[in-house]
Amino acid sequence: MTLTLERLDCRLGGTPVLEGIAGLEARPGEITALVGPNGAGKSTLLKAIAGLERADGSLLLHGQELMTLSLERRARYLYYLPQELGSRAVLNVFEAVLLARRTCIHESHERALRKVQATLQALELEPLAERELGQLSGGQRQRVAIAQAVTREPSLLLLDEPTSALDLHHQLQVLDWLSRLAAQRHIIVIIAIHDLSLAARFAHHMWMLKAGRVAASGTPGDVLTHARLRDVYAIEAHIEWPDDEPPRITPLTAIHSLGR
Amino acid sequence: MTTAMPDSFAADSVTRYRLRRRRQRRLILGVGVLTLVMVLVDISTGPGHYPLRDVLMTLVAPGDASEALRVIVWNIRLPVALMAIVVGVSLALAGAEMQTILNNPLADPFTLGISSAASVGAALAITLGVGIVPFADTLLVTGNAFLLALAASLIIWGVSRLRGVSVQTLVLMGIAIMFFFNAMLGLMQYVASAEALQQLVFWSLGSLGKASWDKVGLATLALCVTLPVFLHAGWRLTALRLGDLHAQAMGIDVARLRLRILLCCSLLAATAVAFVGTIGFVGLVGPHIARLLVGEDQRVFLPMSALSGALIMSVTSILSKTLVPGILLPIGLLTALIGLPFFVSLILRSRKEMWG
Repeated sequence: MTLTLERLDCRLGGTPVLEGIAGLEARPGEITALVGPNGAGKSTLLKAIAGLERADGSLLLHGQELMTLSLERRARYLYYLPQELGSRAVLNVFEAVLLARRTCIHESHERALRKVQATLQALELEPLAERELGQLSGGQRQRVAIAQAVTREPSLLLLDEPTSALDLHHQLQVLDWLSRLAAQRHIIVIIAIHDLSLAARFAHHMWMLKAGRVAASGTPGDVLTHARLRDVYAIEAHIEWPDDEPPRITPLTAIHSLGR
Repeated sequence: MTTAMPDSFAADSVTRYRLRRRRQRRLILGVGVLTLVMVLVDISTGPGHYPLRDVLMTLVAPGDASEALRVIVWNIRLPVALMAIVVGVSLALAGAEMQTILNNPLADPFTLGISSAASVGAALAITLGVGIVPFADTLLVTGNAFLLALAASLIIWGVSRLRGVSVQTLVLMGIAIMFFFNAMLGLMQYVASAEALQQLVFWSLGSLGKASWDKVGLATLALCVTLPVFLHAGWRLTALRLGDLHAQAMGIDVARLRLRILLCCSLLAATAVAFVGTIGFVGLVGPHIARLLVGEDQRVFLPMSALSGALIMSVTSILSKTLVPGILLPIGLLTALIGLPFFVSLILRSRKEMWG
């Protein structure tokens, strides 16, 4: 019941963006953090898994080959939450989340309504249910997008920087909630994220990319080393793993250009 | 459909959602009833001043009415009134779906040149002098109009598939198409015979004057073909308004959906143009009114757009007969003159930012 990236290559406009991505695994019930500097290929990798970018290779979800499935069939198993928020459609929050569910799950209307309500309650969005998308702040809109993703009950959830527009409270709330969701529903959650402290705190597993290739994978403790941060991010950092507090990765200095 | 809810759920999101849906349905019903009233007023209005009661009685019991009144009501006024409704619905649906699939508030068959292309198709059939039997002539003109409307739509669709093409580029492409086909129409008018020229003017100004049961039937048929496609794709079309990437993430084949809907919009625009000429504004404003009243959930947006278009056309049909007594004004001119200030006031009054 895992996602296995046996091999993945992706070219955009003739330029290789992902090369020889292989040997990566994400397990259900866990959060896998996808980290790497800008342009490393994080978004492209998530899109390629979701079938939104054309890629070559082999991807197995619960032993089933994903690459041969149509976009529609893939969307029954997984959901990719884009980094960019949707346009300002004249829909309220409840309608937008209901829409996400109805395009995926066939069930009675009554059940769909109750499920949407439960999702909104879990994300503290119920007071905003009647608010139109265009009237929401960036953070509220992002939480609605996460609600849209979660209400589809995917086996694999791919989130592209889901906390980038959130304040500190909602960053912790969303990641904590995703962590519990992964454990309770036994789903695979892969999050592309820039904040290494948050990644180290919430992720069970980590994939680090550099220039379209895998730089490292393993537990956050294995991946986040001084040498690797120097190599991949070109930074000197202070790394702390206190026993009774969350891990802290504090960037100190940029040592040279990333060259990409 | 009121569902009894326990007190603890009195203000929960599901209850509020149901209340909103009920309000939306009431609004749709209200506009529907208003449209029906306008149709009756439209049928009662005309050069022969017959009392409203007589006209209504002729509708209900044609056998009891005088021959003259029966012919006027059933063969002239009713086809005109129904044609106004069918064309209003067709143009508004085409506009609503074009705005949805192209993610552009300015999209409608008129602004993107599809109506102009259909006009040239119809004009080609007329100036080539094809069609002696009236019904066959109708089909040929419609077929020609559809083919060129389709060609214009496919150009827009093709451009929309190019990587990095913005919606602004699409609108500019539509405007270029409109200029091209307007120039072609002008050229045909220049070389046309006096008789053909008269008919061409009919297309360029728009008129309900040539409505007949055959044409109403064909335009309704086009609606019957396209409406199920729109309804079937309702959720997917709503999802498209969240942006292409979000829609694709929901498993929607955006390119295929766009093509299918564009084909349907072309058919609707082509039949409308072939029968009543180029009528702008209805396809643009109908959906905007619907959007402001009920939002963009296609389950309510679609019927409200259709009814708004029908209402605009019906009211305009009445005004075209009554504004200048004894003269039937071209409806295409009136839709723009009457609707535009209304549209501007709606935009100014609305504080919603609808398009990202």
